[in-house]
Amino acid sequence: MIEMSAELKVASPVLTPTSEAEVAKAVRDTSAPLSITGGGTRGFATAGPSLTTSGLSGITLYEPGALTMVAQAGTPLAEIEAALAAEGQMLPFEPFVMNAVTGASAASTIGGVFATNASGPRRVQAGAARDFLLGVRFVDGAGNIVSNGGRVMKNVTGYDLVKLLAGSHGTLGVLTEVSFKVLPRPETSATLAISAPSTADGLAALRAALGTPYDVSGAALIDGRAFVRVEGFEGSVKHRIDGLRSALAGFGTLDLDGADVWDRFRTLDLFATAPPALWRVAIKPTEAADFAAGVAEGRCVFDWGGGRIWIAADAETDVTAFQTQLNERAAQVGAQVTRMHAAQGVELGRFQPEAPGVAVLSQQVRAKFDPRGLLNPGVMG
Amino acid sequence: MEMPQPNPEVLARKARVVSRLQGVLPADAVIHEVAETRAYECDALTAYRCPPMVAVLPSSTEEVAQVLRICHEEGVPVVPRGSGTSLAGGALPTADCVILGVARMNAVLETDYENRLIRVQSGRTNLSVTGAVEDDGFFYAPDPSSQLACAIAGNVGMNSGGAHCLKYGVTTNNLLGVTMVLMDGTVVQLGGATLEAGGLDLLGVVCGSEGQLGVVTEATLRILPKPEGARPVLMGFDSAEAAGACVAAIIKAGVLPVAIEFMDKMLIEVCEDFAGAGYPMCDALLIVEVEGADAEIDHQLGLIKEIAQAHNPVAVQEATDPEQAAKIWAGRKAAFSAIGRISDYMCLDGTIPVSELPYVLRRIGEMSEEYGLPVGNVFHAGDGNMHPLICYDANKPGDLEICEEFGAEVLKLCVEVGGCLTGEHGVGIEKRDLMTHQYAPQDLEAQMAIKDVFDPNWLLNPAKVFPLATSSDRRMAAA
Repeated sequence: MIEMSAELKVASPVLTPTSEAEVAKAVRDTSAPLSITGGGTRGFATAGPSLTTSGLSGITLYEPGALTMVAQAGTPLAEIEAALAAEGQMLPFEPFVMNAVTGASAASTIGGVFATNASGPRRVQAGAARDFLLGVRFVDGAGNIVSNGGRVMKNVTGYDLVKLLAGSHGTLGVLTEVSFKVLPRPETSATLAISAPSTADGLAALRAALGTPYDVSGAALIDGRAFVRVEGFEGSVKHRIDGLRSALAGFGTLDLDGADVWDRFRTLDLFATAPPALWRVAIKPTEAADFAAGVAEGRCVFDWGGGRIWIAADAETDVTAFQTQLNERAAQVGAQVTRMHAAQGVELGRFQPEAPGVAVLSQQVRAKFDPRGLLNPGVMG
Repeated sequence: MEMPQPNPEVLARKARVVSRLQGVLPADAVIHEVAETRAYECDALTAYRCPPMVAVLPSSTEEVAQVLRICHEEGVPVVPRGSGTSLAGGALPTADCVILGVARMNAVLETDYENRLIRVQSGRTNLSVTGAVEDDGFFYAPDPSSQLACAIAGNVGMNSGGAHCLKYGVTTNNLLGVTMVLMDGTVVQLGGATLEAGGLDLLGVVCGSEGQLGVVTEATLRILPKPEGARPVLMGFDSAEAAGACVAAIIKAGVLPVAIEFMDKMLIEVCEDFAGAGYPMCDALLIVEVEGADAEIDHQLGLIKEIAQAHNPVAVQEATDPEQAAKIWAGRKAAFSAIGRISDYMCLDGTIPVSELPYVLRRIGEMSEEYGLPVGNVFHAGDGNMHPLICYDANKPGDLEICEEFGAEVLKLCVEVGGCLTGEHGVGIEKRDLMTHQYAPQDLEAQMAIKDVFDPNWLLNPAKVFPLATSSDRRMAAA
């Protein structure tokens, strides 16, 4: 798929349904491909008319004592986070927003967060967005309204389409409502910075930290320094930091510093200048150092103890050639490359090609849910 | 419970099917004598039994692929089986099926502490996964009650949970990848060793698909460093309402125990009688377990006890050593055996929003009077996953039917209050016909569309999960 640069996109009609029934009607009535968006902040819009869920907004149910919330898909992420903060709770998976990367000024929506399975540093401890999604309502490509899962934490009633919809990038259906699990905000947190002699050593320190019993909730490496976060009650945090100091003493100088790095993973303000193209790579942590060492013409930031690498291309890089190389190298080590942004046209899909057997299954699943091929065509292959 | 009539054409092909299977498997891996197939006639839902036509015990992914290829060509239904511990009839055979047991595939293929994962063959038991890594300070988190016996294959099939999933999640949250064989013999890898897969999350839908999409032969599982310590506190209350309110208050206060277990009066008495755990005699009991170093545990248990005071506990017992901790858990863990000693019982598995606990418990009590069958309640209170145990007499004609009707009403109640039919046991045959209470036709259609993709002829475990009437067109088209 050839992605159009922002300048080439012509103004197209925007459908803004305000109810689930209107979404269903809009999908049934269309004969042209639709670009399905929430706030449209993550750069996944496709050409042609768009259907945004921003008209479906509001928290429909919040039970702090049950750690659950239900919200319409177009509810701004900021509104969700504010409501949770007021009760001392949070979205445990630390979703990132992409406005700083894509330049979008609109507000990210909770539907967009789950549709892209956007997870941040705490994924190593608490889980990903998909792990917290309990239920979905969506309109499939034929205009049927479908419900799956619910609002309880344990549910194995029928197939788990909730997980399937998480990260489906609008290609299986238009999310109209999501229910999800939340967690209490930790009383306090502390970050230990490790100045290791090399990236490889810093990443080894992160893996060692994740192998301790100290419940590490963040393990990142940025600008040559490694950072480890622990959270909880004050006494626990102190105890765990002491334990980590002993466990990591051999890796380099240790300081209590870097509490602000975690927010940079939320805003994706990870690089000195806005990247012309940005990828994320999911990889075995032990493969991360070698993989990054082979990335010429780009800069790497590590999260998840090395299990995720954010890679920004340098300004003059041929993005297509660069990604081709990333895809090839990733395939060799079982890693997954996803392009998150590109300011220029790229002659490659956003997602690394799947193995043939899996690609067939994915394609057939998409054809079942979107038989006319109208929902975000080409976004996932 | 209705099961589809066996296909006479398939039964007529038995000799040929057996001979072809013998051609790809060792002689002792193909079980076809009627007396021997009886060993596979049921799982842990023992009220329903039917010997399969054949049972096979392959030893490798390649053998599984060959078996499935043959069954696909012969049009023989295949029922995958882990250890046969399903409480929902997930591994119940039909007379014309091949049971595909993965028990011989139990090897650890790779342990990788730096990447925090283990790769095992799917017949390996849940507890022995932890057994393979615990000497090095790691563990596999999901811990279903049957963990001594149940296989990872079944855990993936049912998306099994356990007592400690309040903190660590269920199988799907701890599963990184699988090797799976499709009904036509195609081998696919879904997910892998990374924390995020590219493309659609097919692994997410395979987990919990009850053996209807493929046969999982290998699984890559997330392992975690063992916490420094763990300790439970036991608290008794004079009403289920008080205990329920205490659970919500603990959660809301920001303490995140690894487990909060609830037992009602009947279970307290039965378990105490059986295990001598030293439980106080009261209306409701909570076992709350927290983890960490000693000082961390002290702090969290202190907070929990403080919160509990507002709900007037009639007893609080904190374990001060591992023996006392084990004793507190001994009663809870023996719950099913303890009740099984005094009565036949049916174990339900509905989940409800935690806030509805007092109401649902009261209603179950009322229904118990109406149906004339005693009920005990023991469950994972932190996540609302209830396990009402309905007692009946299997020797008394009609009692099982009354029990099933009662059970169905309880599960409908769970759905009515915003919950679901099954939290961790799966639908199987047991809750199959209640699916229409939770899902509208288009919801079930969307789920069946997934099976259409993975198993177009509906040969894998076809009579499960979906009401027979709902799936009949698809099953008939294939036959």
